[in-house]
Parts: sequence; structure tokens; C-alpha cells
Amino acid sequence: MSNEENKKVQLKVYRTNYNKDDSSHYDKFEVPVKRWTTVLDALLHVKSYSDSSVGIRYSCRMASCGSCGMKINGKPSLACYTKISELKDDVIVCEPLPNFPRIRDLVSDFSQFFSHHKNMKPFIQNDKVSVDIDDKSDLVEFEQTHEDVDKYLQFSYCIRCGLCYSACPTVATDPKFPGPQALSQAYRYEADGRDNSKKTRFNIIDERHGIWRCHFAGSCSVVCPKGVDPALGIQLLKGHMLGLSKNNKKISTLRTKNNE
Amino acid sequence: MGTVSNNKENNNMNSGREGIRGWLNPTRYGWERVSYWLQRLTGLFLLVYFVGHVYETSSLTNGVDAWNSMLELTQTIGGHIFLILVIGTSTFHTVNGIRLIFTESGKGLGKPGRPDYPYNPSSLNYTQKSGIWIALLLACIAMLYGGMVLFGEGG
Repeated sequence: MSNEENKKVQLKVYRTNYNKDDSSHYDKFEVPVKRWTTVLDALLHVKSYSDSSVGIRYSCRMASCGSCGMKINGKPSLACYTKISELKDDVIVCEPLPNFPRIRDLVSDFSQFFSHHKNMKPFIQNDKVSVDIDDKSDLVEFEQTHEDVDKYLQFSYCIRCGLCYSACPTVATDPKFPGPQALSQAYRYEADGRDNSKKTRFNIIDERHGIWRCHFAGSCSVVCPKGVDPALGIQLLKGHMLGLSKNNKKISTLRTKNNE
Repeated sequence: MGTVSNNKENNNMNSGREGIRGWLNPTRYGWERVSYWLQRLTGLFLLVYFVGHVYETSSLTNGVDAWNSMLELTQTIGGHIFLILVIGTSTFHTVNGIRLIFTESGKGLGKPGRPDYPYNPSSLNYTQKSGIWIALLLACIAMLYGGMVLFGEGG
């Protein structure tokens, strides 16, 4: 067997259960790793062979669901997307995501984070289109060019994993600040030609704890695993709100079955 | 398996919020986070200087002697070092502040597009990094020049 096949790392896992008022501590586990072993693989190895009570949340194992976010060696990352070999360390420290209320071990509570997301009304709003459709002939579609789609597509790739929220220094001190995820979603709909409710969202974010609390630390974009670049969306949104940058947004053309 | 206990955990940790520790550590997130940290620290330092400066100049109301004795404080080595720090922090804060005015208006960040692996965020591009490096460089040059004037002949 080669050295690579015998390699082991030490996994330090943060343990606590706030519902039982447990004091926190780190449990250490020796885990065999290969070049392609991810932190999630290592944690699942611990659950299978060392301690089945380690609390983690995961689902897709392919950076699509955003469930396995945690602080790995001091940086918010997805456990399924972080290879141990790339960390270049023999000790891997796993802690729950900062800035999220903790439930147990590596599992944190996303209620507030999702609530900020929901406050941004993350759906297409267009007062020219009725939402009550009785007749199929009333169905409509919007026409957009590829260039129109490129303006917001990047921001629609957000998987709501919360890494940006946990890396943000403003969120760390202000729980009312919506955070990079919610604000970048506000930009996503602001840039979308199908949406015409700019004023509604501007009123939501243009307040004391709103968008102006972002001072461009850029950490959200550093940790984003999907290339969403929330910092870009937030700064562009600020520019639009100040009237200093142009959006060139064209409200998409409506096409109904009747006028086809 | 081993266990390392930490009984100092308090109820605030339950919220998981990092608080002020969240921005005190600028490492791990790149140059933009360092710039954010320096902008705050220099801002706080300049605020302290501004209060001290108002106190210093207000000594004029107590007569010329009071003013002269206040001026003597800046003629010490400690006073010179403090003034050099004022030069450096004000230069960095100004130059980086100008960069941030453009950045926070959506300028110099690049355009949104289809992200491709390995996902290099366009907002953290070299225009931004260069702005930070230039601010740091100018602050160093200003401090060096200030040091030469203050500690040089007649300083």
C-alpha cells in the first residue's frame, strides 16, 4: 500500500447540545483519508465507525442543496465541497457556522436567515400580469434576450447555504441586517426584466439596518461556493439606488397566446 | 477519541453571533477584508486624533503659555511617532475611502455574467486589489516623508 492510502488526519469536531445546556467541547477522531476524501466523507466515517451521535446536516453531497455549511479550519465552507487534501493540514477543525443560532454540534438554525430572504419577496412581481388565471388562453410568457438573462443569472445560482451570511462582518454585529444573501437576491429581481416592483424592494432595503450597512468587506464573495458574488450585486444595487449607475433595464415584452 | 472541555461557554454563544470578534480578525478572507479592517481602525484612530486635536487647539483660550506647553507635547519622540501615525492613517483612510466611494457606487467591479468554475468573483478583481495596495503604498511613503521631516534636522 502506498503512503497515500495509509494517510490519516485528526478531525476535531465541535460538540454541544444547547437544548440540554451542555458545555461545549471538541471531540477528536482519527480518520483515514484519500486524495478525494471530502470533510463530509470524513464526518460520515466518524458517524459510521466512531461516534454515531455527531450532529451534522447534509443531503445532496454535491454542493447543490447547501445543507452542510460549517466552519472548516476557521473559514465557512461546504463540507461536501471541501477536500481534505486541499486544506493541506493534518488537523481539520469543524465548527458550526458563525452568526447562526446553534442547535447541536455542527447543526445551526437557519430561521432568521430564511426570514431575511423571504423579506426580499424573492419572486417575480409584475402588476401587468394577473396571478388569477381561469382560462389557459390567459397564460403569458416574457421574452428575454440572452443579454437580459446574463444580468441576473449569476445571482439566481444562490443555493442559500448561508456561508456568505456567516462570513459577513456586519451580520456579526447587527442581527437586523439582511445579509449578503438576501441583498443579492434583491438585486437579482431588480435586474430581472420580468419584474417591475423595484420600488417595493427599495423601500425594504433602504432603511437603518438595510443595504447601507454593507461596507464591502468582500468576504461573502470569497466564501460563496457557487460563484454568485453577492458583493457585486449589493454594490451594483447601491449604485442603482443612488442613481449613479445605470441599470438599462427593459421590462420584458409580454406575449399572450391571443397575440401570438 | 479525546475530549477537550471548554466550560467558559456562555449563553450568548447560543446565538452563534461573532460580535465584534467578527471583524477584529482580518485574516482568511483576502485583501478586501484587510482593507475593511484597516479602514475601520484608521477611522477610529483619526476620531481619537480629532478629539485630541480639538482639545489641543482649545488650549489657546487659556493663553500663549498654555498653548506653548501643549505644543511641546508634539516635540517629543512619542509625539513625533503619534504624528507619523496620523499622517499614515489619514493617507490610507483618504485614498481607500475614494476607492470605496467608486466601489459602493457600482464602479470598477466588472459586470455580472455566467459564473464558471473555479469562480473568481469579479467584484474582487485586480482593480480593487490595486486600489488597496496603492493606498497602503501611499500611506507608507507619506509616513516615511513625515518621519524624515519630523526627525530630520530642525524637526
